[in-house]
Amino acid sequence: MSALLEVSGVSVTFDGFRAINNLSFNIGTQELRAIIGPNGAGKTTFMDIVTGKTRPDEGSVTFGERSVSLLSLSEAQIAQAGVGRKFQRPTVFEDQTVFDNLMMALKKPRSPFAVLLFRPAKVDAERVAELAAEVGLRDHLDRKSGELSHGQKQWLEIGMLLAQEPRLLLVDEPAAGMTLAEREHTTALLVEMARTRAVVVVEHDMEFVRRLNCKVTVLHEGSVLAEGSLDHVTKNPAVIEVYLGRG
Amino acid sequence: MKQGFFARNPSVLVFLALLALFTLGVTLLSHAYGTSFLSTSFVKTLGKTLCLCLVALAMDLVWGYMGILSLGHMAFFALGGYMIGMWLMYARTEEIVVQALANAPLPATPQEIADGVATQIFGVVGGADLPAVWTFAGSLPAQLVLVVAVPGLLALAFGWLAFRSRVTGVYLSILTQAMTLALALYLYQNDSGLRGNNGLSGLQNIPGLGGVSQDALSVWFLWASAAALALGYLIAAWVVSGKFGSVMRAIRDDEQRVRFLGYSVEGYKLFVFTVTAIVAAIAGALYYPQAGIINPAELAPIASIYLAVWVAIGGRGRLYGAVIGAAFVSLLSTWFTGGRAPSIDLGVYIIQWVDWWQILLGLSFVLVTLFAPQGIGGLIDWAAGLRHPSRRGAALGPNDGALQEKEATE
Repeated sequence: MSALLEVSGVSVTFDGFRAINNLSFNIGTQELRAIIGPNGAGKTTFMDIVTGKTRPDEGSVTFGERSVSLLSLSEAQIAQAGVGRKFQRPTVFEDQTVFDNLMMALKKPRSPFAVLLFRPAKVDAERVAELAAEVGLRDHLDRKSGELSHGQKQWLEIGMLLAQEPRLLLVDEPAAGMTLAEREHTTALLVEMARTRAVVVVEHDMEFVRRLNCKVTVLHEGSVLAEGSLDHVTKNPAVIEVYLGRG
Repeated sequence: MKQGFFARNPSVLVFLALLALFTLGVTLLSHAYGTSFLSTSFVKTLGKTLCLCLVALAMDLVWGYMGILSLGHMAFFALGGYMIGMWLMYARTEEIVVQALANAPLPATPQEIADGVATQIFGVVGGADLPAVWTFAGSLPAQLVLVVAVPGLLALAFGWLAFRSRVTGVYLSILTQAMTLALALYLYQNDSGLRGNNGLSGLQNIPGLGGVSQDALSVWFLWASAAALALGYLIAAWVVSGKFGSVMRAIRDDEQRVRFLGYSVEGYKLFVFTVTAIVAAIAGALYYPQAGIINPAELAPIASIYLAVWVAIGGRGRLYGAVIGAAFVSLLSTWFTGGRAPSIDLGVYIIQWVDWWQILLGLSFVLVTLFAPQGIGGLIDWAAGLRHPSRRGAALGPNDGALQEKEATE
């Protein structure tokens, strides 16, 4: 399996605090990966680095077959290259309709001139309707997304990510604040998405990670502590000490 | 999605119809073409108001739709006025000089004419040479290009520097205000070559149209201003109704999220900032021939703050709101400051509106911001029964706008 994302030797320091310390690992092209670790282990910082929000002090992050370095690209260019990011809180554009939200996310040329002249064709509207159906919002296309419930906003954001057609999807605590039924639905969706792309799930909740049934990377103090199946890493004494042993 | 543009945006047709009706009405009541009910100076005031509506439209795009509180758009407006003013003044002075020299025994050489023009224009600031910035002043097409190019390039350069460094919010507003102030201070100097604090004058006399009375000219300019406003409104409505408008509003509400969607936020900001600066400049180029005079006081930062006040009172984020605000507040301002508003005698103190108008305006700005953030345009929404996501009065700033209310308070 060739690597889609290669992180090697990355370090970041914030005001003397080493948030990421010589972090290295790979993600395959069609892989579901869970990243776990205690608070302050560097999970969110790792996502910020991959999406271009934070620049590392050293190390390299490359993406795709041609190993493009993500460090010299802007957030928008990284997103165009095929990295999607799902935030923990649903961040949709509340003042706009579900249709507009999805249409904006649809994979199309993103330059101001192209967007200015863009008028949705029939296929685009159909694709948006299809995506809305996929995330259970078919009947809500004309509603302002601010009127949706918390769960519906989460689904809308997932729909927007699907519309972007990313090759790598970074998902931050997708199960937070969800009911048991919603968690099962989310698990199924993530597993399904990982068939055609790489999905990295940052998660706190061990039960949820167990459901995902995938390779797990444990972060601690900004570097990889252990990697392997959930059973494998939970047997690791170091992991038990820093993470599982607490409380 | 199969409906036409006007079916989806009925307000555009209503607006255009009202504007046409207004223009026709004023024409029929004017000195030149109608019953002389309206004085020529009032027709000019109405024509100027239409230009202010156009610049308010530009401000609404950049602020109401995109969230950039620019305090520089009246500077672009005035720059447009200066650029057209240079031609008006040069060509008009040239006509006068040629006429004066026609009686001389020998025909005037081009050099004599140029010297005469320079002395006429710059005598007031003690100069007799035409500065380099007046190189193209003799040519109308060249100055028309400069109307667009000078403010456009200034906005492009300024915006590129500001947006690239990701300056946002109130810091960006301060930066735009600093640019405006610097430009005004520069133009106050006689050395800047635009007659210092005297500014350019006599702009109401259109070269080549000496035989046309001001009565007719005022109506012509009203037509031109109305046409520009109609065209500007139509284009603005078309832009904001499509995906570009979606992206603009998304940038206003959560620009980081827009970046992760793959849109270059800085590129969009620069594009909109520059285009609206050009629209403002065109509005200015139509305004100052009607005003007749332009000086650096016109681009003092207070002018741009007024512009923001008009848009806020009219209603941000809707095009007709900006137009209503600009028309309503600027006409009211003309009425109050024109001394026509009756003073209020409180017994111990007499409220003279000329002095108190600004306080009234400031107060209504504060009240509108606090209690009716939708402005006057909100009344139209209310009448039409449109709803917005209820935020129960919690004002979410641009960065928090995409969050749920209860999350934002966490």
